Amino acid sequence: MKILVCISNVPDTTTKIRFNAEKTEFDKTGVQWIINPWDELALTRALELKEGSGGAVECVDVASVNLIDAEPTIRKALAIGADKAFRVNAMPKDAYFVAGQLAEVVKSGGYDLVLCGIESSDYNGSAVGGMLAEFMDYNSVSAVSGINLDGGKITINREIDGGKEVLNISAPLVAVVQKGIAIDPRIPNMRGIMMARQKPLTVSEPTGIDALTSFETYELPAPKAACKMIDPENVKQLIDLLHNEAKAI
Amino acid sequence: MNFEFSEEQLMIQQAARDYAQRELIKDVLERDASGEFPTHHIKNLADLGFLGMLVDTKYDGGGMDTVSYVLAMEEISKVDSSCAVVMSVNNSLVCYGIEKYGSEEQKEKFLKPLARGEKIGAFLLSEPEAGSDATSQRTTAIDKGDHYLVNGTKNWITNANSGSTYLVIAQTDAAKGHKGINCLIVDKNSPGITLGPHEDKMGMRSSDTHSVMFNDVKVPKENRIGEDGFGFKFAMKTLEGGRIGIASQALGIASGAFERSVQYAKERKAFGKEIGYHQAVAFKLADMAVKIENARNLCLKAAWLKDQGKPYGTASAMAKQYAADIAMEVTTEAVQIHGGYGYVKEYHVERLMREAKLTQIYEGTSEIQKIVISRDVLS
Ligand SMILES: Cc1cc2nc3c(=O)[nH]c(=O)nc-3n(C[C@H](O)[C@H](O)[C@H](O)COP(=O)(O)OP(=O)(O)OC[C@H]3O[C@@H](n4cnc5c(N)ncnc54)[C@H](O)[C@@H]3O)c2cc1C
Repeated sequence: MKILVCISNVPDTTTKIRFNAEKTEFDKTGVQWIINPWDELALTRALELKEGSGGAVECVDVASVNLIDAEPTIRKALAIGADKAFRVNAMPKDAYFVAGQLAEVVKSGGYDLVLCGIESSDYNGSAVGGMLAEFMDYNSVSAVSGINLDGGKITINREIDGGKEVLNISAPLVAVVQKGIAIDPRIPNMRGIMMARQKPLTVSEPTGIDALTSFETYELPAPKAACKMIDPENVKQLIDLLHNEAKAI
Repeated sequence: MNFEFSEEQLMIQQAARDYAQRELIKDVLERDASGEFPTHHIKNLADLGFLGMLVDTKYDGGGMDTVSYVLAMEEISKVDSSCAVVMSVNNSLVCYGIEKYGSEEQKEKFLKPLARGEKIGAFLLSEPEAGSDATSQRTTAIDKGDHYLVNGTKNWITNANSGSTYLVIAQTDAAKGHKGINCLIVDKNSPGITLGPHEDKMGMRSSDTHSVMFNDVKVPKENRIGEDGFGFKFAMKTLEGGRIGIASQALGIASGAFERSVQYAKERKAFGKEIGYHQAVAFKLADMAVKIENARNLCLKAAWLKDQGKPYGTASAMAKQYAADIAMEVTTEAVQIHGGYGYVKEYHVERLMREAKLTQIYEGTSEIQKIVISRDVLS
């Protein structure tokens, strides 16, 4: 079996978000980039599956649709333990475009199991995995919180409303994974960090598929309104403020 | 001039940060209370490659530079200096000493398991009567033809119990003074070695410190590092590099306390505003930030000099003296900023203050560093 993990390059979760003056673009100055946390967990689980497979999992590779500045993030995935990496040299414009480009990587590499994070922590679109399965005509399961291999059989755990569900499914498969898939993301060791630059990172140009959407403007959420403290004894003042100032009652 | 780190250096920093903030933090307070040695953390740090990170890959090390080592030491020490000191002694005293001055056979036999972190090393220089004045060694290593016979007592030995490969400094020929001193690689399990009790320390309580007694311990001749009489020079040269490790540890203790203080100053309110907006507290934070930045630059400069193959003895003494002294100042202020909460264990800063104190004492006290620096200034 060959596993591919899709990696997106996202701003560190503590980044202060800013846009350009026209509010049409995210301002990347000073931003620290990381592997999307769900993708990092997916990679960790993929490596665990490979290590526990007794050779049945041939490789765990990673793919990303991104410009060259995402290569440190991709090499981090190699340092963590991925065997090879693929970068489609394009801005990840929208989910359709990204899924279309990733499909080419899946096709040419003949991957049987593709893991995608449930969403990227920047745009939270939650669409790439499903679309990729559609492009490939692969089986697809979303919100996967556990995955195990037993010979050719794949067992999946999913969180569902009020409980859990266990599924058996066959490859080829796109599993869209969420928290729980691995306990913690794997920390790269020295050997991995040293080896990362020596592992293959293949760059390809995007194919004909184009984005279906484009960004018009961005808006930051409104700042939290100031909080007024009212003495618990003073119910009259509370009612007065709710009525006259907040106009809530 | 370039102040940027490489991708690999940043990855190592992040790896150390992730391990410290995710794993070490979980039981650091319990271990501070119990004094229990962090066996499982040391195993994990070994698997990640931190215990032999400076050793060449051909001897199973990580092959990383000293700048990466400073970055990693800072991150580990922000949380847990007991683990950091194991890393420091193993990397920059024991592994470095054998790699730089040992024979090829010694590297094969002793360095490789140390670099893999399967064995831990200890550095045995200090004695009850020989601390700062390391020349007055009373431990003897008498030449018996094919072996040395070692007798004496070493004091304050980090990793004495957890470690198994000892580098022992001892006097072979008293008539030659410090030129009659040798360094021997000694297996802790050799007959005639006994340990004193675990020292009940003020800080770094889960690092194991013991005195070590040698009673007619036979050490094969081939375990001597370098020529006959090279031991004192060996110890001084090795400690030059070791100081970068302890300087970075002090830096980490200071920056760990600082990060906690900034966070606290943003949250804790007094007189209607966050305490960080009272200028007296804000200025303390500013002073701490400047001191830490200076200490970091000194550590990195010493590391860079070492990586470039340039002399770094004075630079590492400066880094150690400054970083250790400001670690004490910064952690004391961190406790002050935390008020009463700073004085209890849960908030970590009182522990960091206790840990900071040791960095002014071991691997050469701050006073001894000033002797080294001033000698160079006046030369
Ligand atoms: C927890 C811990 C772990 C340690 N780990 C190790 C280890 O692994 N291996 C090892 O070999 N040693 C180790 N040490 C020993 C440490 O390096 C010594 O304690 C240190 O060098 C100081 O020696 P001393 O304690 O004998 O103090 P002393 O040398 O007696 O110094 C006492 C005071 O006098 C000052 N002083 C001494 N001489 C001068 C001078 N000429 N001018 C001005 N001031 C001076 C000192 O700075 C100090 O303030 C450890 C110590 C501790 C506490």
